[in-house]
Amino acid sequence: MAALTDQIALTRDRAAARKKPGGLGDSLFRAASYGSALLVLFVLAGILASIAYGGWPAFKEFGFGFITSSAWNIGQEQYGAFVAIVGTLASAFLALLIGVPLSLGIAVYLTQLCPGWARKPVSMTIELLASVPSIIYGMWGLFVFAPLFARFVQVPVSNVVEGMPIVGTLFYARVPSGVGILTAGIILAIMIVPFVASITRDMLDQIPTVLRESAYGIGCTTWEVVRHVLVPQASVSIIGAIMLGLGRALGETMAVTFVIGNANRLSGSVFDPGSTIASRIANEFNEADGLQLNSLMALGCILFVITFFVLVIARLLTRRAKVA
Amino acid sequence: MDAATPIATTAAPARISRVRSGRRIADRTLILASTLATLIGIVVLGSILFMLVVEGIRGFSPMLFTEPTPGPGSEGGGIANAILGSLVLTFLGILVATPVGVMAGTFLAEYGRNSKLADLIRFLNDILLSAPSILIGLFVYTLMVRPMGSYSGWAGAVALAIIATPVIVRTTEDMLRLVPSTLREAGAALGAPPSIVIKSITWRGASAGIVTGIILALARIAGETAPLLFTALNNNSWFRADLMGGIPNLPVMIYQFALSPYPNWQQLAWAGALLITITILALSVVARFVIKTERSR
Repeated sequence: MAALTDQIALTRDRAAARKKPGGLGDSLFRAASYGSALLVLFVLAGILASIAYGGWPAFKEFGFGFITSSAWNIGQEQYGAFVAIVGTLASAFLALLIGVPLSLGIAVYLTQLCPGWARKPVSMTIELLASVPSIIYGMWGLFVFAPLFARFVQVPVSNVVEGMPIVGTLFYARVPSGVGILTAGIILAIMIVPFVASITRDMLDQIPTVLRESAYGIGCTTWEVVRHVLVPQASVSIIGAIMLGLGRALGETMAVTFVIGNANRLSGSVFDPGSTIASRIANEFNEADGLQLNSLMALGCILFVITFFVLVIARLLTRRAKVA
Repeated sequence: MDAATPIATTAAPARISRVRSGRRIADRTLILASTLATLIGIVVLGSILFMLVVEGIRGFSPMLFTEPTPGPGSEGGGIANAILGSLVLTFLGILVATPVGVMAGTFLAEYGRNSKLADLIRFLNDILLSAPSILIGLFVYTLMVRPMGSYSGWAGAVALAIIATPVIVRTTEDMLRLVPSTLREAGAALGAPPSIVIKSITWRGASAGIVTGIILALARIAGETAPLLFTALNNNSWFRADLMGGIPNLPVMIYQFALSPYPNWQQLAWAGALLITITILALSVVARFVIKTERSR
């Protein structure tokens, strides 16, 4: 009988415990989980706050002129962001111009044309392009791609277009060294391809097969199926994927630093060296102090704002993309 | 397109004429262009690997793993200090990022679920995932290097942790969501409090996926250069045990040596580049393999 009363006592204890399951350990665990999630929020806010704080003296000194001035004179302490902003936008734009058709082509190949056995290895190869560290892209761009580019593209093209209006400026290389805005754009294009291609591929895969089969059934060619059935279905996500690629291209640092030539010069030619916000920060930050440091921080602030908006748009347009 | 033509007798010419030439050209162009695009992708990866192997393999010697980096212009030496430094920084970064990332991912998948706060954090996490890594370097510089008055391994590790965390948050949440809710309900019905349900049911069910996320994060930060430039910097000798001052690490070493005028340094940069790329590619292949089997389960 004692055993029974013990059991009843035990159940009573348990009943009491059930009101507050787990007790302290449970609330601690919950708090830790909550706190970690909030930390993500604070880190992003902290990044913006710290960069804005560091860049404030430069904004105060130069005012709005910081954005429109193309000066970058360390001796005279005159700094302006215009050249770097233009370089950033130009290289990212070229990256999209080259990278987007490449990515869409790859996505179409993988979803429509690729024989079954080759699909996985080819997908994997393209995705592995995303894992290659950006510094390796920089080395490849500088030591492998740039010499070939100078010899087979810059020199012949410059010879042909020399003296022509518009194209003569746009595609003329004064010093055909292989590095420049266009080279940076091409390397960036290759770097964004795996992201844009794999998201597009996933989106194309999600379109019901029935739609595709019906289109083929009424006699459409592959081009017509892609153009009139698949692309309209996935267009919003594809634009989202492109914006995500743009976000990556705008902030990419090491690869660009290797191949852009790092010149503070505004040039009409895509073959000429330039610089981007990220490459300038990478190049000068460690030797900078005073107003130059503040100006670099201010550049970072501008980059943050640009990429933030691009990534927000990307995130709103894509359903969540996979990490891997 | 003559409907009256008997199909059997003119099968061959009919096949050619059934599709208008404009449509055919558009179709062929698409097929050609997309195949070409895929080939370009494959050739670039092949070319990168070929370059690394050809240039890097010559630099491989036992000395590479035992000697520290040599001074400018001098012969010999290895990259042992940079390898060790990279291992320490990456390990510390993951050590910080793993608990934070897994707990935050748990919040998004379990406690927060569809709350407004969870939506906001999920959104910001996705942005942090693609944020320019150089800005994270600037942030940690302002946060740690400036106040401490010196570059340090701690600052480098924090910068890497900030890059690794969103990757872990994201994969953890995705993997936890794959665990069927019936399992959680079964646990709760047995009287287990939420923390026990999460720890011994959902985490256990998703463990392979969570580990994959950590490996992916490892692959991501192992090659990061930009955030280390202003935090850990680099150093041409062994580093101090308290990790203060510049910490040698592979990515920044490669950056500085590859652009230097000294052949010996360039050779070491190539060897380091080969080493780091092979490691990272191997990590991502493993991670992808695990994540695919996990998703298809």
